[in-house]
Amino acid sequence: MIPTDRPAPPLLQARGLRFARNDEPVFGPLDFSVDAGEALLVQGDNGAGKTTLLRVLAGLLRADGGEVDIDGERARASRRSRAIAYLGHLPGLKADLSALENLNFLCGLQGRRRGQLPGHAMAIVGLSGYEDALARQLSAGQKKRLSLARLWLSPAPLWLLDEPYANLDLAGIELVNRMVQAHLRSGGAALVTTHGAYAAPPVRTRLLVLERPVLESAT
Amino acid sequence: MPGLPGAARALMLRDLRLLWRRRGDAFQPALFALLVVVLFALALGGEADTLARVAGAVLWLAVLLAGLLALDTLFRGDAEDGSLEQWMLAPVPLGWLVAVRTFMHWATTALPLLLATPFLAELMHLPRGQLPVLMASLALGTPLLSLLGAVVAALTVGMRRSGILVALLALPLYVPVLVFGAGSVAASAQGLDPIGALLLLAAGLVVALVLAPLAAAAAIRIALN
Repeated sequence: MIPTDRPAPPLLQARGLRFARNDEPVFGPLDFSVDAGEALLVQGDNGAGKTTLLRVLAGLLRADGGEVDIDGERARASRRSRAIAYLGHLPGLKADLSALENLNFLCGLQGRRRGQLPGHAMAIVGLSGYEDALARQLSAGQKKRLSLARLWLSPAPLWLLDEPYANLDLAGIELVNRMVQAHLRSGGAALVTTHGAYAAPPVRTRLLVLERPVLESAT
Repeated sequence: MPGLPGAARALMLRDLRLLWRRRGDAFQPALFALLVVVLFALALGGEADTLARVAGAVLWLAVLLAGLLALDTLFRGDAEDGSLEQWMLAPVPLGWLVAVRTFMHWATTALPLLLATPFLAELMHLPRGQLPVLMASLALGTPLLSLLGAVVAALTVGMRRSGILVALLALPLYVPVLVFGAGSVAASAQGLDPIGALLLLAAGLVVALVLAPLAAAAAIRIALN
């Protein structure tokens, strides 16, 4: 063992992160950190700002205050795009392309993990046999599985999963949990939003509960 | 990690595949331009002399309107299915992807039109001697229109329905291109040197090539906020 002077910096650290829309606070200020090998469950009611938090962390929205560090360094756009894979509400699939063509394009755009092939990833998410099916012919759950395959192929260590369980059957929920588990074991980390109704992956988890900010009632 | 050429290749391949899946749509701009030209010819009475005098302007107008019609499809589909989000998260600059997408849009909507222009020019009795000038002005002008249009399309991408707004925003930007484009053909018809107008179009194209993708990328970030 090589002795280290200080522990490795967390994969993701937020300090005083806050976001407001039209001067009404959506969340924050929030302080949290996620280490490699850890999952952070973001819980909260509808409208508590879970999706907004993930979009801010992904860099799709600009925070109104606070800092985000990735691997101990300030998260700039280039660093973010290399470290973060985002699974949002919109699948980002072209309806007129086949499942495999969609995956190939997204890999070409965002990079691919060494040694992982799109066809293999489709088998992992239970879509083998659907390679040539057009994305428009897939069900909502199958599209979600295809997005999970994209996530699996991504080289990014930090997964931001916005409601990954939505539209999935029981086997699909189990699949998400297994994927998160495997990803964490290989040194990654994940932020998972959920409104608490589903089973969390059986991994080392931290919990971040967002509360809906009190809106000034209109008179 | 994909570099700039890798990402561009992936995006071009995707757009070509999408075009092939919907090959019927690919002829729309050319058909629309044909429609405009034919209607003009009918309205003007079909006399060769009358047509020849306005041919350059009519062809330019037909191409411009066809481009305007195709403008809304530039980013809208990618915004609605979440593709733009994935573009923004990619490790290549958004401006680069916007530039590649705009180029592909030009190549699939304006380029067929450019190829059909000699045929349309014949329909309008454009004097043969003016055809090279018309082709040169369109070759410089249509990419410029596409780049200007990309900024407008990016600005309106967050709106549900933007039909007339796109046209209203784009037209003032398109006017100088039309003036110099159609002007070059008119100048050559009067026996003047069209090179000045063509050089101005070329200068505009160079400026737009550098600035328009950056402006469009910034607009997309604002629009999707």
